[in-house]
Amino acid sequence: MTQFLDGIGYNGWILPALLVLPLLGALLMVLQSSMQKQEPEAAMRSARSLAFGIFLAEAVLSLGLWWSVDTVSADWQAYVDAAWIPQWGARFTVGIDGIALMLILLTTLLMPLTVLGSWTSVRVKTHAYYALLLILTTGMLGVFMALDLVLFYVMWEVMLVPMYLIIGIWGGQRRLYASIKFFIYTMVGSLLMLVAIITLGLLAGKGGPPVFNYDVILEMARTMPVSGSFWLFGAFAVAFAVKVPMFPFHTWLPDAHVEAPTAGSVILAAIMLKMGTFGFVRFAVPLFPAVAMHPTVRTVMLVLAVIGIVYGALVALVQPDFKKLVAYSSVSHLGFVMLGIFAMTVESMQGALMVTISHGISTGALFLLIGMIYERRHTRQIEDFGGIAKVMPIFAVCLTIVSLSSIGVPGTNGFVGEFLVLVGSFPTQPYYTVIAATSVIFAAAYLLWAVQRIIYNPLVKPENEALKGNDLNWREIGLLTPLLIGILWLGVYPKPVLNKTEAAAERIVRGVEAGRMAPAPQAGRGR
Amino acid sequence: MTYDLLNPVGLSAALLPDLLLMGGAIILMLLAAWRPDSDAHQRTVGLASIGLLVATMAAVVWMSVRGDTAPDTGVIAMDGFRWMVDLVILLGAIGTIALAIEHNVRDGITQAESHVLVLFAASGMMILAGARDLMVVFLGIEIMSVAVYVLAGLNRRSARSAEASLKYFLLGAFATGFLLYGIALVYGATGQTQIVEIGNAIRRYDLARNPMLLVGIGLMLVGMAFKVAAVPFHMWAPDVYDGSPTPISAFMAATVKAAAFASFLRIWYEAFYTVFSGWAHAVWWLAVVTMVVGNVVALSQKNIKRMLAYSSIVHSGYLLVAVTAASVLASTAFTFYVVAYTLATFGAFAVVASMQQAGETDARISDYEGLWQVRPWLATAMAVYLLALLGFPVFGGVGFFAKWYIIQAAIAAPAGLTVLAVILVLTSVISAGYYLQVVRVMFMNPRPAGAADPLPIGALTRAVLAVTVVLILGLGLFPSRLVEITQGSGFRQYPYSPSGEFGLQSVDR
Repeated sequence: MTQFLDGIGYNGWILPALLVLPLLGALLMVLQSSMQKQEPEAAMRSARSLAFGIFLAEAVLSLGLWWSVDTVSADWQAYVDAAWIPQWGARFTVGIDGIALMLILLTTLLMPLTVLGSWTSVRVKTHAYYALLLILTTGMLGVFMALDLVLFYVMWEVMLVPMYLIIGIWGGQRRLYASIKFFIYTMVGSLLMLVAIITLGLLAGKGGPPVFNYDVILEMARTMPVSGSFWLFGAFAVAFAVKVPMFPFHTWLPDAHVEAPTAGSVILAAIMLKMGTFGFVRFAVPLFPAVAMHPTVRTVMLVLAVIGIVYGALVALVQPDFKKLVAYSSVSHLGFVMLGIFAMTVESMQGALMVTISHGISTGALFLLIGMIYERRHTRQIEDFGGIAKVMPIFAVCLTIVSLSSIGVPGTNGFVGEFLVLVGSFPTQPYYTVIAATSVIFAAAYLLWAVQRIIYNPLVKPENEALKGNDLNWREIGLLTPLLIGILWLGVYPKPVLNKTEAAAERIVRGVEAGRMAPAPQAGRGR
Repeated sequence: MTYDLLNPVGLSAALLPDLLLMGGAIILMLLAAWRPDSDAHQRTVGLASIGLLVATMAAVVWMSVRGDTAPDTGVIAMDGFRWMVDLVILLGAIGTIALAIEHNVRDGITQAESHVLVLFAASGMMILAGARDLMVVFLGIEIMSVAVYVLAGLNRRSARSAEASLKYFLLGAFATGFLLYGIALVYGATGQTQIVEIGNAIRRYDLARNPMLLVGIGLMLVGMAFKVAAVPFHMWAPDVYDGSPTPISAFMAATVKAAAFASFLRIWYEAFYTVFSGWAHAVWWLAVVTMVVGNVVALSQKNIKRMLAYSSIVHSGYLLVAVTAASVLASTAFTFYVVAYTLATFGAFAVVASMQQAGETDARISDYEGLWQVRPWLATAMAVYLLALLGFPVFGGVGFFAKWYIIQAAIAAPAGLTVLAVILVLTSVISAGYYLQVVRVMFMNPRPAGAADPLPIGALTRAVLAVTVVLILGLGLFPSRLVEITQGSGFRQYPYSPSGEFGLQSVDR
């Protein structure tokens, strides 16, 4: 496989191709809709098959990365560097390591499933909808592979508009409120990051034209004195903390998740939140190790992470709306990721990445399942259900398995990540770890309780009895199968994923440890 | 070669594009009076005017490629900055006339002279862009302003248009008084009206703390702040932009502002750089107040032209950041910014013009409800313009890089304006509130039952829409060519350093 990929020069073109293909697809989408005027029904059919085809091609194309990327090497893989805006030192530089590899594969593999998830639920303006999904994909992939800070920022912002429109046009009742809240929250954070990025670029340019290359900035920034880099770290941290979202910046998330159409929720939870944690792992922490590991800053971040874990779980417990419950459970899970990152051991870092991936799979699956039942019942209130297992047995099985994985039951993917985070964090941060561990119990409480009320309990409501014979169809089973396989595979044999991310995680931890020890006092313009 | 500006031949050569435009405008004015007013005639004169503007553009490009120079102490500058601003002005004038030819029909304006007035205003602006003597600056401002006062009142059947014209004229005259008095005091303090000589005199006679000079600069600042509609001298802008015919609103919001700012920048960079610490705080605060007030007030606008008027006030605030930055980089950031801003503003007003029903004067945001369902391309174009004004990457295209450039100039400024840059980005978050409101109305609200369909859009307006969208998006992906061009259009480096002899310290804290 590797030889074949080398033979076609795979590493030389794959990353730009992954970025360009969805854009071409979006263009194709627009062309198709303007070339032939169709009835909404026919337009929906042609749009969704075209979108599915493009996303499938993208997924197949990206699979080669699994073999072609040498995750042990200290160099960036599939590295491509081209001129873009030479006067400003901005270049088109992309490359990945083991961590980015996992997130890219998660994105490309999940996207076809989201199309299947929107198959019948999105009925109006379908071409525009799928075109926006395609553009969104370019933005998300760009964030994971950008090694130039200008490119990174552009990609980071690009995602906002499609997501804003997806929530605002195809969303639920309170979609207008949710979409603007999502936009404004994210924008506040990212604009401060913009100032920080420009400042870093100018500092790295040392009086000449700015330089935005990641490696150059990394070299320059990690030796800056804390007084200078504190604000820069703060700007990056706020941008990423909003996206994660960390308590207390999380309030946009329940609204956006609940109001977004199914595919929007899946993408938000499975991928977009991960860009926040990825930002911490790739930028905020390695660039400013002395600040990030400064006892005060670290304590604040850990406390916020732990508050997020416990608070998210407690709030999830009392949600009457199942989708909102899952949204708050995301706050809790992402708290684990933050704990793992700021505990800063190789195990906790790997655990954080594992939670990142498994949360993407299980929460994505949960949102898809909610979408399926919502399409049939047009409600998400837990109390409206009851006894669904009797009328929709396949749905019930899937929901149970996915819920167990979200709780983190051994044998599912959720367990591996959380366990690694707890094990890895305990040596350095025992108290926080103990508090965080309690939330595993809460998770069991809120999810099992919800599952019980939905699929067990007596079947009394006539609307629910009417679901008989309306169990999951082949499309829905087909789209859940890969996710269920992923849940069990990563739960039983997570080694391949851990192997791929180990070297990258170790490099980051070592780099941060080195950087926090020896900050050169005279470097930079620290004011 | 270097032109001798004291010699009439040399001076005429230096003013070649300006003279071409003025001479042509006079001929076109005669042509306009040749036949009785009619739609067909105003169309002919309008197209001829566009032809003249294109010819002038060619002359400007030719001059800039030749790279001739004039001595710094002449009355007119021959530098990249002038040529770049000239091009932006001519671009704006072409856009204005292209929109006006078709929009005049909807407003019931048949006077062919309306286009000629745009030409005169543009020639005043071009003089302003190159003026290196305060008397010439004043001349340019007056040629521009008088024409624009009339243009604002073109729609004689509309009371709002008449109000706009009168308001603009009275307040404009008042502001000109401030400017003129300021010029007199500066002359009194330095004995010079030539801009570079004023700078030299201030340094030579150590006038940095001279009260007469500082009061003069302050009065000139008031006059300039009025022309660029900076808060608190902005009160006229919403009323005037709202009442004027839509193409003229675009002209005022984009082109008049660009020309006034160009002169503002030149005077402050070339004459007053030596008293930086004397005015930096004032301009710093002017920028902050303009950004904050403009953004907050824009949030509550129901009329789209008033909303765009406040948005143009906000952009004055962003450009004032470039003035405060006072560096070569900031002057190139300025020219880059006005290109992006002109494109986005003209696009947005072109959409407003094409949405207006015949005879209608009130352009409400609610008219745009569900526009996406009936005019998908128009709605998409409007979204691009608004995101460009918001400074959003890719979807807002070049608008993002314009903002990027200004922030870069602020952070890299000798005075280190990081705090100002942070205020800029934070206030621009507020602007998302009103720009996105229009996007929301267009894309997310249903089309109200019984809403009249927008009228068909004419070919010229379509052309303006297409060109602006393509340029915004294209330059948004590949801005390097435009950066390269604007980098040739900065002022030269002035001999100051952050802690240098002229007391230029950080004004941030």
